Amino acid sequence: MGTRHKGLRPLAAALVLGCVAMATPALAQSDDMADPTVEVMAGACTFCHGTDGNGIGAAIPSITGLPSDQFIYMMETYQDDSNPSTVMGRIARGYSESQIEDLAVYFGDKPFERPAQPWIDETMIAEGKELAAEYCESCHENEGRDGEGVGILAGQKLQYMRFSVDDFLSGAREMERRQARKFRDLMEDHGDEGFEKILNYYASVK
Amino acid sequence: MNTTRRGFLRTTAAATVVGAVGLPHIARAAAPRFVVVGGGPAGATAAKYLKRYAPGATVTLIEANPTYTTCFMSNEVIGGDRDFATLQVGYEGLEAHGVTVMHDLVTGIDPDAKTVATQGGESVQFDRCIVAPGIDFKYDAIEGYSAEAAEVMPHAWKAGPQTTLLRSQLEAMEDGGTVIVAAPPNPFRCPPGPYERICLIANYLKQHKPKSKIIVLDAKDKFSKMPLFTQAWEMFYGYGTDNSMIEWVSKADGGTVTGVNPETMEVTAVAGSFKGDVVNIIPPQHAGTIAHTAGLVEDGWAPVNKGTFESLVVPGVHVLGDSSVAASMPKSGSSANSQGKALAAGALALAMDQEPPVPHLANACYSIGGPEHGFSVAAVYSYDDFENALKPVEGSGGVSPIDASPESRRRELFYAHSWFENIKADAWG
Repeated sequence: MGTRHKGLRPLAAALVLGCVAMATPALAQSDDMADPTVEVMAGACTFCHGTDGNGIGAAIPSITGLPSDQFIYMMETYQDDSNPSTVMGRIARGYSESQIEDLAVYFGDKPFERPAQPWIDETMIAEGKELAAEYCESCHENEGRDGEGVGILAGQKLQYMRFSVDDFLSGAREMERRQARKFRDLMEDHGDEGFEKILNYYASVK
Repeated sequence: MNTTRRGFLRTTAAATVVGAVGLPHIARAAAPRFVVVGGGPAGATAAKYLKRYAPGATVTLIEANPTYTTCFMSNEVIGGDRDFATLQVGYEGLEAHGVTVMHDLVTGIDPDAKTVATQGGESVQFDRCIVAPGIDFKYDAIEGYSAEAAEVMPHAWKAGPQTTLLRSQLEAMEDGGTVIVAAPPNPFRCPPGPYERICLIANYLKQHKPKSKIIVLDAKDKFSKMPLFTQAWEMFYGYGTDNSMIEWVSKADGGTVTGVNPETMEVTAVAGSFKGDVVNIIPPQHAGTIAHTAGLVEDGWAPVNKGTFESLVVPGVHVLGDSSVAASMPKSGSSANSQGKALAAGALALAMDQEPPVPHLANACYSIGGPEHGFSVAAVYSYDDFENALKPVEGSGGVSPIDASPESRRRELFYAHSWFENIKADAWG
């Protein structure tokens, strides 16, 4: 999930780096407070996504720990509605390119927390793990904790991941070719239940 | 204020680093004292984020009640879809962040002596005071209505015993009864709230007392998310047909309520007299009492600098949340939370004679129209310091599309519930 077009955004990445370099002069970032303007701006994300971008609700994703280009990619695809959303398109269009880069750095530096998700079906975890190894792990490496150009699955919110899979399967959200092949194979071999097992497994990863 | 923002950054970073380690080379700048009056979503957010931004600061939150009951999602309790206990939050989370929490009632604020006085006889010193008392009711706007009358005809617009009272009255009502909901004039807390409440009461009645009716007496001709609410009323509750469970009387049709009689359960509106079995009066509103006592209010609400939420009337005192005039942001929990962070950073800067940041804020507000049916309004705001205005960023924001799919409506319900969990944790956790 969360596939992006690889190598698409060298310019954005360069800008992000440039931005970090400019925004962190001698004052270096205090552990307590980044640039106050960015802190306040990020504070508008956290009443939905949780303090520091790590929420506890089942349907809203945690937005921490992503590589900047992945964060920027998500916001840009919300802005142009190529990633379908209920509310994020309307919100993402309120931020400029440089503001999104600031937010990407801010949340990218925060650790991805994995609070318990009591709605997980534990009977699915073992089988889900085996299926994930076969269909997902080649891109979603290290039990879904990282990977190049993909979102974090390990400990991500279960209901959010279900919505994402539904959007990929329905065609509402575009898939990269390799992802599309894996999705097709998984569906043919194991059906909806295969996806459900995998998602319960990834949600359970600590 | 002629210091540059860069200067502010440097000093803040220096001060917080020092604060975190040992203290205080920078005289008063290193450990400013803040008193927060009121522990709702606005006050709690401000207190928590002041400590997060400046661990060396002294933050005292004074709140009369030992627990807070959120207004948001209380309509689900009234409709029978949610346990009341899930609305309640305590203050242990704030204490864990280093906030001193006093359960007492603030009776006065002296901006010259920089002290807050409480009913319990305490006097607390501050460098900056943050007043976040929410709303109070203009009882005298409706003849016969009062705090006592609200025990018979609840407002349920401050969550708590009023919420459970309205719920129990709906449960006790016979099938075929009439529920009257009086919606207030602008501005008021939670603009879509009355209309979500109508949906969730109708949803309850449809399942359990289908012969019942809801009469909405409104002091307005238009309301928040009106096309989306009207659509939900049509989809689920027969609105617009002869069999409609809901009858909406607009201001133009005489919906403005002028008086009540709790003994006869009659409600007088411009259009005439109505009799209800359950009567929910949401009265006209103004800023909370202490904002008036402290001289912060003009025309019912507290005017503020919308970048720092410092009072335009009393320097050194900030007003946050529903009491303040923060247009064009609505009076919502999300607005208060987003503004609370701007206030925390801004008040901190001002306490250190530095330039406050220019805030970029947001609001997101979900409403529930029926089973698996949610929708929202959202917007992003930038602060224009020349006009002292919070302006929606062009091209952003808006309400859910009127033609959204059932799946989209279903997801918004999920998001509404996740937002509820996350904002509670962000403000009080």
